[in-house]
Amino acid sequence: MNRDIKRIELPLQENIVDTLKAGDYVYLTGILYTARDAAHKRMQEALDAEQALPISLEGNVLYYMGPSPAREGRPIGSAGPTTASRMDKYTPALLDLGLKGMIGKGKRSASVHEAIVRNKAVYFAAVGGAGALLSKAIVSSEVVAYDDLGTEAIRKLQVKDFPVVVVIDSQGNDLYESVASNN
Amino acid sequence: MRILDVSLVTQAIKEMCIEANHFLAEDMRCVLDKASQEESSTLGRQILEQLQENLSIAGEDMIPICQDTGMAVVFAEVGQDVHLTGGLLEEAIHEGVRQGYIEGYLRKSVVGDPIFRENTKDNTPAVIHYKIVSGEQVRLTFMPKGFGSENMSKVYMLKPADGIEGVKEAILNAVKEAGPNACPPMVIGVGIGGTFEKCALMSKEALARPVNEGSPIPYVRELEQELLDKINQLGIGPGGLGGRVTALAININTYPTHIAGLPVAVNICCHVNRHATRVL
Repeated sequence: MNRDIKRIELPLQENIVDTLKAGDYVYLTGILYTARDAAHKRMQEALDAEQALPISLEGNVLYYMGPSPAREGRPIGSAGPTTASRMDKYTPALLDLGLKGMIGKGKRSASVHEAIVRNKAVYFAAVGGAGALLSKAIVSSEVVAYDDLGTEAIRKLQVKDFPVVVVIDSQGNDLYESVASNN
Repeated sequence: MRILDVSLVTQAIKEMCIEANHFLAEDMRCVLDKASQEESSTLGRQILEQLQENLSIAGEDMIPICQDTGMAVVFAEVGQDVHLTGGLLEEAIHEGVRQGYIEGYLRKSVVGDPIFRENTKDNTPAVIHYKIVSGEQVRLTFMPKGFGSENMSKVYMLKPADGIEGVKEAILNAVKEAGPNACPPMVIGVGIGGTFEKCALMSKEALARPVNEGSPIPYVRELEQELLDKINQLGIGPGGLGGRVTALAININTYPTHIAGLPVAVNICCHVNRHATRVL
């Protein structure tokens, strides 16, 4: 496992994604979009109705996160990852539309694995339960869609050195699986 | 007979909502410190350091420890010599949660109907468990429960023939399955015995028990120690990224049960096992 920190810019370039390996410790800088359960459901409904999505997915990274409210003068409240598997039902379709990366925590389904490899994408984990620490890497936050969903709205985040670990790389290697099979 | 105005309940609940979501209780800090010294994996140690740093930032900057500030679980032990006045106790508790979550900048994570799922916007209602006890005091325990770990919890209706080995296997299976989803290092609350709902409730109560004391029943205390050792040999590690420290503690509560049954509930909690208690 590589312990050196890799620093990469968002949106993700395909040649950069190719270099990321399961177990890599990475700092992300650039734009992320948040979406969790309710926003995914809305996006799927839009796709079913053949409507445009409220954000472009091309090369972008979705962060599965619903923040706590920001105190005055701060961009955001506590902002750690939620469990990714609840988004599994919706994820393959989004990857096929150009989504390049996801940040969450926990295992993914077989169909998400396949869609990651098929689209040369990447799944990162951020540390669950470290929302105060992670909020310090978020420079700005703005609701860009589904405002009525409150914490579940889609937010555009500007992040700087946001710490994540590569869990599933574009070749389909899975850090959680290798951890489980080593024991 | 002592008279107690329920507005004091509202005030206490409100304060505990804010306190528990920003400061871990001393028992949790204690086991986290111990775990940080025991982790051998480099990445695991790095994650544990991040968790310690996260706790410092949460307390200093008043940012919730975790963005999932939970569904509010309240244990209300009401002395039978107390006369509550000024309104309904239940309403007073909900009002405390409402004020705490709004004034404390806590996330509102509750939907009013499990199917239609519209957010109630103030994190009410709370889930309240009452107990009538002796005396003239009211003891309130507030436990915000996050759902990353709650979703990985289980009830097993084992057979008497499964015995203690069956209980161990059930607990280990639940922890293995929870893996990285439950934000390890976890805290595990277990209820053994009673009925279907009694064991589930005991597993929640077990999470609120101090994590550094152990059960007062000798064989249960040994079981807790044995299971913690076994869990910490699973290799899941901090963040599920590999390492020794998969669990910080396991608390087991027991109760008599039926000749035909051996119910076991495993309530999984993450490392942010939040609880606060006030006696009025």
